[in-house]
Amino acid sequence: MFAAAMIAILLAMFMSLCRALLGPTLYDRLLAVNVLGTITVLFIAVFGFLTGRPEFLDIGLAYALINFIATIAVLKFFEYRDMGRATEEELDI
Amino acid sequence: METLINIILLTFLAIIAIAITRIRHLLVTVVLTGMFSLLSASLLVSMDAVDVAFTEAAVGAGISTLLFLSVLALTSTEELAGNRKFSSIAFILVSITGAILIYGTLDIPKFGDPSAPVHHHIAERFIYESPDEIGVPNMVTSVLASYRGYDTLGETTVILTAGIGVLLLLGRGKQDKETD
Repeated sequence: MFAAAMIAILLAMFMSLCRALLGPTLYDRLLAVNVLGTITVLFIAVFGFLTGRPEFLDIGLAYALINFIATIAVLKFFEYRDMGRATEEELDI
Repeated sequence: METLINIILLTFLAIIAIAITRIRHLLVTVVLTGMFSLLSASLLVSMDAVDVAFTEAAVGAGISTLLFLSVLALTSTEELAGNRKFSSIAFILVSITGAILIYGTLDIPKFGDPSAPVHHHIAERFIYESPDEIGVPNMVTSVLASYRGYDTLGETTVILTAGIGVLLLLGRGKQDKETD
């Protein structure tokens, strides 16, 4: 059962990998990374049950947060073309 | 099953690594390095090193992507067309270095080998003797604070120095305001 789920996850990883390598636009690749982050969370969960030691299930939560941060950073880059800088008020010293 | 998963993940890692060297668009490269980190984190999880995997995901996929993007915001996102001719000297050097590294791994005990020296040399003494020798019931604490106390002291010094450096860099603007 878990083996079948693991095979499906590895297949999904491969497909997101193909999307990231083939493109065609940058947004496809970004979506591929985001999907891969989600698949990693699933991988950790399924792998724990597959090997009979699901103690590390909680770590998946933190991975989901990391994935979120990376996506926000990339989107911010597209929106503003930089990672934020000091405002006029802060520069006025 | 685990071996098969490891082989598949390593294949994915190799594919991404080759793609990173071929692609000239730097933003795509940053995206692919994020993918590389996530996949190697999965690989480390499947090798029972969840703490290392977590660090890899946080630093590789999280902070590094942020730093790379900050740099790309300051520079261009396209790599300059440099000299891309095949250099045989470089190829031979890289091959020799790789061969030496693989030769170095031949002596290392097999993955998960219970008779590896690390499980026999001093670990048993820590387990059986540390409550009497150190008097601390927690084994990890006695190793950290007593057996390798100097090492821990050095580590905390490094962290303290890094913290002071960050505080000096980040707190500078505010201090200038107060002195003005």
